[in-house]
Amino acid sequence: MTKRQQQQLVRAALYAVFVLAVLAILVIADWDTIQRNFFNVEIARDMFPEVITIAARNTLLYTALAFSFGLAFGLLLALMRLSTIRPYRWLATVYIETFRGLPALLTIFLIGQGIPIAFGTRWPILLNITLGLGIVAAAYMAETIRAGIQGVHKGQMEAARSLGMSYTRSMMSIVIPQGFRIIIPPLTNELVLLIKDTSLLFVLGTTPQTKELLKFGRDLLNTRFNATPLIVVGGVYLMITVPMTQLVRVLERRNARSR
Amino acid sequence: MTTPSKADATADRSGDALPAIDVRQLHKYFGELEVLKGIDFHVDRGEVVCVIGPSGSGKSTLLRCINRLEDPTDGQILIEGDDITDVDADVDALRSRIGMVFQSFNLFPHLSVLRNLTIAQRRVHKRSRHEARKVAEHNLERVGLLEKIDAFPAHLSGGQQQRVAIARALSMDPDMMMFDEPTSALDPELVGEVLAVMRDLASEGMTMMVVTHEMSFAREVADRIVFMDEGVVVEDGPPEQLITDPQHERTRRFLKVL
Repeated sequence: MTKRQQQQLVRAALYAVFVLAVLAILVIADWDTIQRNFFNVEIARDMFPEVITIAARNTLLYTALAFSFGLAFGLLLALMRLSTIRPYRWLATVYIETFRGLPALLTIFLIGQGIPIAFGTRWPILLNITLGLGIVAAAYMAETIRAGIQGVHKGQMEAARSLGMSYTRSMMSIVIPQGFRIIIPPLTNELVLLIKDTSLLFVLGTTPQTKELLKFGRDLLNTRFNATPLIVVGGVYLMITVPMTQLVRVLERRNARSR
Repeated sequence: MTTPSKADATADRSGDALPAIDVRQLHKYFGELEVLKGIDFHVDRGEVVCVIGPSGSGKSTLLRCINRLEDPTDGQILIEGDDITDVDADVDALRSRIGMVFQSFNLFPHLSVLRNLTIAQRRVHKRSRHEARKVAEHNLERVGLLEKIDAFPAHLSGGQQQRVAIARALSMDPDMMMFDEPTSALDPELVGEVLAVMRDLASEGMTMMVVTHEMSFAREVADRIVFMDEGVVVEDGPPEQLITDPQHERTRRFLKVL
């Protein structure tokens, strides 16, 4: 047998195993039960409109809040890391390494527990949510933003300075706008990760009005003893995230072309 | 034009008007490497000085020290009498008096030609939008590119980009212009248009310091040529003398291989 024939034989065997496995599952599976427990149309219908008007809306709101906070604070951290002042660099590095190294759940939990203990309970829940997710997001975004700023040719800063613009002014008007253009694709990726991480916010405690998608689905799973809500919620997640990852792909292609 | 020898460049010149640029005993280290080894150098007002020399001779570093893009390690630099090496010097204000043109143009690619010319006018000189635009139009006209006012840098040829860069520097109404190898990154057929703009500037009486390899330009336009090698000024004199009758062996060798 030639090498080529051998390869074809192996591939045919793999296909056969795959087809057999699928057939076996199809035959063994209890289709009625699966449909009743995962694809129950009635339960799915009951979830509307709240799954959109409350759950999806909250997920998007929390994402937007955390992303805004993370972007602003991440920019500050990135500038600190690039600073000529050593303590700034040092502080930023410690922050970034800490919050990238901890599980996001731990940070959110710590904020949720810590803020009421330290500052009392009169704070709006949205503050805890913004901080809990935003603190972690800032650490990741800081590194992305730093790379973007460093990706701008250093002649740009020199040209701006030689026209008499201050360091801060040059950064804001010349370097950062160009840096952000470079990092739009990775930042969109961070946004997608953030959307999924809103599912960790349940540890802060929720009311019916503040549930995000996954908490909404899990609570229905428990009250209706049925997995359909998880399927529906999963579909909503994908409806939000897949267009965004597609957008990243388009942006990356455009970035590659313009260079 | 006076042609002082190297020795009296740093001497008391109280009889004359203050020189535009007066560099005294400038030293610059990059780490352990001494790039400038005690430079004495000056440019008088209205004078055009070309600096030539082999790569690595420190001529670009000298130019970049003069507007503090590099920090001098030791020595003094006076711009119209103001010491810019002073810790209390307002470097931003001083820089806006010194126009700078780079080898790689360094236009802002995310801004239109108009915004390239107006952004620093608005932010540094606090000019109104209308006033800044008028200044920009005037200077684009000077470099012959008024019709490109709404274009983006990526859509311009190298020669056009460099001319816009010159117009950008001029829009700050600088007292002097510095050129760091302004034609070295250009295709040969585009060099001429940039040199023509520089020639016009020189004839209008602009104070200019030009680091260049264009010997015919230096010969024609410069009032003085300064030859640098290995971090020192080797020779400083009027173009004819320096090119046809160089006094130093190193100058002769450099001019021969050119």
